[in-house]
Amino acid sequence: MLPLWLIPVWPLLGFLTVGLLGRRLSRPQVAGLACGSVGLSLFASCLAVRGLLALPESGRRVEQVVAPWISVGGFRAEWALLLDPLSAVMILVVSGVGFLIHVYSIGYMHDDRGFSRFFALLNLFTFSMLMLVLADNYLLLYVFWEAVGLCSYLLIGFWFERPAAAEAGKKAFIVNRVGDFGFGLGLMLLWTSLGTLQYGAVFGAAAEKLPFGGALVTAITLLFFLGATGKSAQLPLYVWLPDAMEGPTPVSALIHAATMVTAGVYMVVRSAPLFNLAPVSMAVVAWTGGLTALFAATIALAQTDIKRVVAYSTISQLGYMFLGAGVGAYAASIFHLATHAVFKALLFLAAGSVIHGLHGEQDLSRMGGLRKQMPLTAATFLVGALANAGIWPLAGFWSKDEILHGAFASGHVVLWAMGVGGAFLTACYMLRAYFLAFEGLPRHEAHAHESPAIMTGPLLALAVVAALGGLLIGYPPGHGAYHAFVAPLFAGGEQGGVAEVALAIVSLAVALAGIGLATQLYLLRPHLADRCAARLPRLHRLLRNKYYVDEIYAALVVEPIRRGALFLWRGIDEPVIDGSVNGVGELVRLSGLLLRRLQSGYVMGYVVTFLAGVVVILGVLSRLG
Amino acid sequence: MQVPLSAYLILSAVLFVLGVIGVATRRNALIIFMSIELMLNAVNLSFVAFSRFHNSMDGQIFVFFVMAVATAEVAVGLAIILAIHRNRETVDVAELNLLKW
Repeated sequence: MLPLWLIPVWPLLGFLTVGLLGRRLSRPQVAGLACGSVGLSLFASCLAVRGLLALPESGRRVEQVVAPWISVGGFRAEWALLLDPLSAVMILVVSGVGFLIHVYSIGYMHDDRGFSRFFALLNLFTFSMLMLVLADNYLLLYVFWEAVGLCSYLLIGFWFERPAAAEAGKKAFIVNRVGDFGFGLGLMLLWTSLGTLQYGAVFGAAAEKLPFGGALVTAITLLFFLGATGKSAQLPLYVWLPDAMEGPTPVSALIHAATMVTAGVYMVVRSAPLFNLAPVSMAVVAWTGGLTALFAATIALAQTDIKRVVAYSTISQLGYMFLGAGVGAYAASIFHLATHAVFKALLFLAAGSVIHGLHGEQDLSRMGGLRKQMPLTAATFLVGALANAGIWPLAGFWSKDEILHGAFASGHVVLWAMGVGGAFLTACYMLRAYFLAFEGLPRHEAHAHESPAIMTGPLLALAVVAALGGLLIGYPPGHGAYHAFVAPLFAGGEQGGVAEVALAIVSLAVALAGIGLATQLYLLRPHLADRCAARLPRLHRLLRNKYYVDEIYAALVVEPIRRGALFLWRGIDEPVIDGSVNGVGELVRLSGLLLRRLQSGYVMGYVVTFLAGVVVILGVLSRLG
Repeated sequence: MQVPLSAYLILSAVLFVLGVIGVATRRNALIIFMSIELMLNAVNLSFVAFSRFHNSMDGQIFVFFVMAVATAEVAVGLAIILAIHRNRETVDVAELNLLKW
């Protein structure tokens, strides 16, 4: 087994090199260093997974301490890495998709002044994400949890001279912070109750010391989940993700689709032993996931910015992952995480290709007919859309179906129904986006050209994986290569049987119905869509404006805090604190003003004062005798 | 008939007070110096009177000290006044107010 630190170290070196020397290097050198480092990580990940597979099934768990870190009193935490099937899946996803996105960015960011800064930050992010999933204890996880949040802020606000981008970066970081606060509290609770933050020790101790369904473990897991809702954009902390589309499209693909937002799911699944002890929390997770899935899907239906459609789709699909985790189908949840990473990155990169080809146009209402001008982009986008919609035999079908089956089989029929409803909407809005962008009559004036090979290459690669990947590793459902790999971690495979096939047919039918509706509304009879919107203006506006959630938050949360800060500044900081400091100075000045009258320059006055003093002293002396 | 000690002391006191008034009131620097001399000599008188009445030489010896100091002081002081006069064309202390704020 190779030293595990060889997996994340390359992007760290890439960040340092490109970050410090980027200005002096040529573009090909920067690109080579950055992509090469992630490529090395991918290679190391593959070697590590191969080494893991060589171990017997029950013993696939490698813990390596890289360096000591904290040893205070009874608390110990170390720079330690853990490789087990869960982290193995994650590193492959992160380095694989990350590598393709790095390559794509060479083309996409080609004309940008901040080329080297971009790649430096992208490498830093990749390093942080790899460390996050390889961490062996919660403290290390938390450190890199924050680190990816920082990278997200820096990359969303990459074009920081645009006010919208700067605002979006701030919003992302602040909303995440709210969640991280909960996560941090949960960690502190965990430590005070169990005395350790190392995964193995925590999960071992939890089974003994934390009573099933008890208040403590419920509190810990709910606080953890709060952190997950922030990082993974679930209700109520999802509002930052659509705004994050201000960042360059590769950033949206990598951070806000494939990797960073999945950190919340990873964290919940990693903490499965804790969640298994808290049924209340699991219900919260599942219902939040289900509601978010449905909620975001309805918003996606009415968005006109192509990136925002995909962004709400991400929120929705993350909801599915939490739904799966909440009903105990952890393996299915991670499976969907992996397939989603592939097809969502594909969708974002394809959207980026469209934006690149149209020289910055992002509005679906100003696209159309692009299939003829950008055939590769169109085809790959379609593959991604169908995968997202869960059409057999593409990847999304297998993973989404497993989640739905897990929900149904564990008795959560309402959640299953919500999932199915979401699947209908998913198919609908995804194909809507495809038809509006690529089919029909062109509504744009610009002459669009297909993107260069360096951008379409990754698109094709991702499309192939999105098309075949699910089949290769996830078939037959519940007993594919993937399931065998992760089985030791997650007990409870309730897969298989006639019920599964029936459910699969139901979800497939629903997805096809959604496609059918989209075809009717956006391909065959385009005016019909506008008539529907005209018939239900209030509903349409509600969806279009994302249920006014941002405005509600602004009024209920942001404005009071802003007013409070304004008061603290103008009302307290300035008059009281500045006032007292300035007041001391004023006091000195005034007393000086008074005292300098003594210096009259009038010698006679000095003499008189002198004499008066002598008299006083003599008087005192004679009194004292 | 012996002149009582108190007579000498009263005279000394009166002379001293006159000297003080001169220092505090007069504007001419030379007059102020003369007043200072007056004060010093009043004190000398006082010392000699005490020496005579206590039959001790100590007082008279101290008068020598006082005179020596007075002489040195006058030398330096007159030199200063001369310098001021050369610079400012006046010896009126009311006009020497460069130390005014």
